[in-house]
Amino acid sequence: MTALRAGRPLSRFGSTRLARKGTPYGFVAPTAILLIALMVVPIILVIGYSVSDGAITTKNASFAGLTNYVTLLTDPEFWNAALNTLIFTVSSVVAHLLIGLGFSMMLNSKLIGSVPRAFFRVIYILPWLFTAAIIAVLWRLLLDPQGVINYLLQSVHLTDSPVAWFGDPGTALLAVTVMNIWAGYPFFMISLLAGLQGVPADLYEAARVDGASPWQQFLNVTLPQLRPIIISMAMLDVLWTTQQFALIWLTTGGGPISVTEMLSTFTYKLAFTGFDFSMASASAVIVLVFSLIVAIFYVRSQRSES
Amino acid sequence: MSNVARNRKVRLAGVVLATTAVLLTSACSGSSSSTSADGKVTIEFSQWWGSELPDGDLQKIVDGFQAENPNVTVKLLTQPYSSLQDQTTTAGVSGTLADVVGLDGAWVNNLVKQGALDNLSTEMTSTNYDASQLSSQVQIDGSTYAIPVVNFVYPLFTNDDLLAQAGVTTPPATRSEFLTDAKAITEKTSAKGWILPLGTTNPNGVQNDVMSWLWASGGSMLKDGQPDLTNDGVKSAVDYVKSLYDAKVVADGTFTLQEPDKVTQFTNGQVGMMVDSLAHITTIRKANPDLKFSISAVPAADSYTGKRGIPFASWGIGVSDKSEHKAEAWKFVQYMMSKDVNANISSLAHGFPANSTATPDFTGSDPLYEEAFKIYQAGYPANEFVGLPTSDQLMRDFDTNFQKTLNGDGSVGDMLSSTQDSWKKAF
Repeated sequence: MTALRAGRPLSRFGSTRLARKGTPYGFVAPTAILLIALMVVPIILVIGYSVSDGAITTKNASFAGLTNYVTLLTDPEFWNAALNTLIFTVSSVVAHLLIGLGFSMMLNSKLIGSVPRAFFRVIYILPWLFTAAIIAVLWRLLLDPQGVINYLLQSVHLTDSPVAWFGDPGTALLAVTVMNIWAGYPFFMISLLAGLQGVPADLYEAARVDGASPWQQFLNVTLPQLRPIIISMAMLDVLWTTQQFALIWLTTGGGPISVTEMLSTFTYKLAFTGFDFSMASASAVIVLVFSLIVAIFYVRSQRSES
Repeated sequence: MSNVARNRKVRLAGVVLATTAVLLTSACSGSSSSTSADGKVTIEFSQWWGSELPDGDLQKIVDGFQAENPNVTVKLLTQPYSSLQDQTTTAGVSGTLADVVGLDGAWVNNLVKQGALDNLSTEMTSTNYDASQLSSQVQIDGSTYAIPVVNFVYPLFTNDDLLAQAGVTTPPATRSEFLTDAKAITEKTSAKGWILPLGTTNPNGVQNDVMSWLWASGGSMLKDGQPDLTNDGVKSAVDYVKSLYDAKVVADGTFTLQEPDKVTQFTNGQVGMMVDSLAHITTIRKANPDLKFSISAVPAADSYTGKRGIPFASWGIGVSDKSEHKAEAWKFVQYMMSKDVNANISSLAHGFPANSTATPDFTGSDPLYEEAFKIYQAGYPANEFVGLPTSDQLMRDFDTNFQKTLNGDGSVGDMLSSTQDSWKKAF
C-alpha cells in the first residue's frame, strides 16, 4: 500500500511530463510520416537504385557504385538531352518573364478601361486554365501541316508548302518551346500583376517630380520593386520547366531524331521502355541535384527578402 | 492547461498518428488472391480488355467460368492499357502480380527475366493440354510464358473513292502497284497516297508500318533468335519504304505522327491508304459513316508468291509465378482458350480467335471482318517483336535511326547496321 501511495503521484507526474513533451510531436507526426513516406523514402530508394545494377527488374540487384553515373555522363544522348533542356528552359523562362511583365503592365495600366481590362485578363489567363493534354492537342492541331498556322502562313505567302512544325528536326525544338511559353506565361503575369498593384503610387509621383521619363520610372521604380517577385518566379520556373514532361511527351515524344529530347523524356524512356531503372534513377538523381542547387538559391533569396 | 485537457490532446494526437499509419499501411498494401474457410478460391485477373469491350461482356465470360467451377471466383482488375504496362512491370518485381495476367507480347520477356511469370509449358505437360489448337505462343528459350487469346490483324485499308479518282480499280497487291497507286492518289487528288507514323512517343509504327512490308513478303528480321537486320529482305523492305517517302507520296509530319493520327487522316480522306488494325473499323465507321473503304493483304514484293505474314497485336494471357492458385489460374486460361469461349470473346472484341479451331461469329458484324478473316486464314500472323527484350526500346532505336536516314543522314545499309549493333546489346 505504501509503495502504491508513494508511486501514484510519481506516475501522474511522469505522465504529465510525457504529455507535455509528446504533444507537439503528436501533432507534427502525421505530416512527418507523410513527408517521410512520400518524399524521403522514395528519394532514398531512387538514390539506392542509382548505385545498383538491374534495380527493380532483377531480384538480386548488385551494388554498382558510380558506374551508372559514369556511363550516363559519358553518354552523348544524355548531354544532348541536357543541352536541349538548357535551351528549352532558358528560352521559356526569359519569354515567360518578358511576356508576363508586358501583359501585367498592360493590365495594370490606367490607360485601359475596366471592361477591356477584365476581358484581356480572362483572355490572357486562359492558357493557364488548360491541362497539359489539352494544350498538347491544341498546339498539335494548330501546328499540323493542315492546321491553322500553316494555312495563315501560306495565305500570306510566308511559306510555299506546309511545315510540319513538330515533325521537322529544324523547327521541332522551337515549336515545343513556343508551346511551353504559351502555356506558362500567365503564372508570371498574375504574380507580377499582384506585385505591380502593390507598388506605392508615391514612388512614381516622386520620380515624376524628379523629372523621370516613363522608361526611367520603369527602370528605377517598377523593376526594383518587382525584383523579389521576379527572382522567386524565375527560380521556380527554372525548376518547373526543367521537369516539363507532359507537353513534350504528348507532342513530339522527344523526337524527331532526338532534337526535343529533354532530361525528363530521356529519364522516362530509360525507365519505362528500356526497363533500365538503375540508369533512370542515376539520371533522376542528377536532375535532383541540379534542382536542389536552384532550390537552395530560392530559399536564400526568400530569407534575404524576409 | 489542465492535465485532463493535456492528456486529451495526447490521446487525440495518438489517434491521428495511428489513423495515419493505418491509412498509409492500407494504401501501400496490394490486393491478393485468397481461400475462404469453405474452400472457395478467389483468383485475380488483371487486364485492360474490360475497358475495350462493351460494358459487362468480360464479366459475362467470367461468369461462365464460375458456373463451371463453383469453387473458383474470378475477380476482374480492369485498367486502361497505358497504365497497366507500368503497373505490371512493378508488380512483377514486387511479387504482387495478379494470379492471371493480361499481357502484351512486348512485356513478356522482361517479366520472365524478373521471374514473375509461370512456365505454361510445365502446366500444359502436367495437364496433357493439346497445344496444337493454339495459333501461337509467346516463348522464351523454348518455354511458353504467354498465350495470345485474341489477335488483331493489320491489313491494308484503301479509300475506295480516292482510288477511283486516281484511276485505280483494285487495291494494290504488290509493292510496285502500291507505289504507282500512291503516286496516282497524290497527283490526282488532294490527298496523300500513304501515311507512315514514325512518332517516337509510341514507336509501334516500326512494327505496323515498316516491318509489315517485310513480313508480307515472308521475310524475317531475326535469325536463330538474334537480330538479323542486315539481310536482303529487311534491306529491301526498308529501302522500299524510303522510296515511298522520297517520292513524297507520304503524309506530312511522319516523324511525330502516331497511330491515332493515321486513323484520323484516313477517316477524313486526307490519305488514300494505310496499314492499320482491324479494330479501328468501328471507329472509322462512327467518325465518317459515308467513307467507303476496303481492306486487303499488305502488298508483297513483286516476285513473292508464298504465304503472307500479316502483322498482328494480341491480347495475351499468362499466370503469375507467385500465384498461390496456379491450378485454378491455369484452368481459367484453358477456359479462355477453349473453342467456344475464344470464338465468343474474339467476336466481342472484333478480333480473331487465337484458338485455331475457333471461328468467330460474323452475324451482324461489318462484312469487312469476314473479308479480313479470309486474309488472316490465307496468311499467317507475323509479329517478330513479340517476346523480344525491351521491344519498345528496340522499335524506338530503329525509329530514331530510320528518321535520320529519311532526313538524308546516311544510307539504309548503314542505318540497319548501326541499329543491329544497338539491338544486339539488348539481346
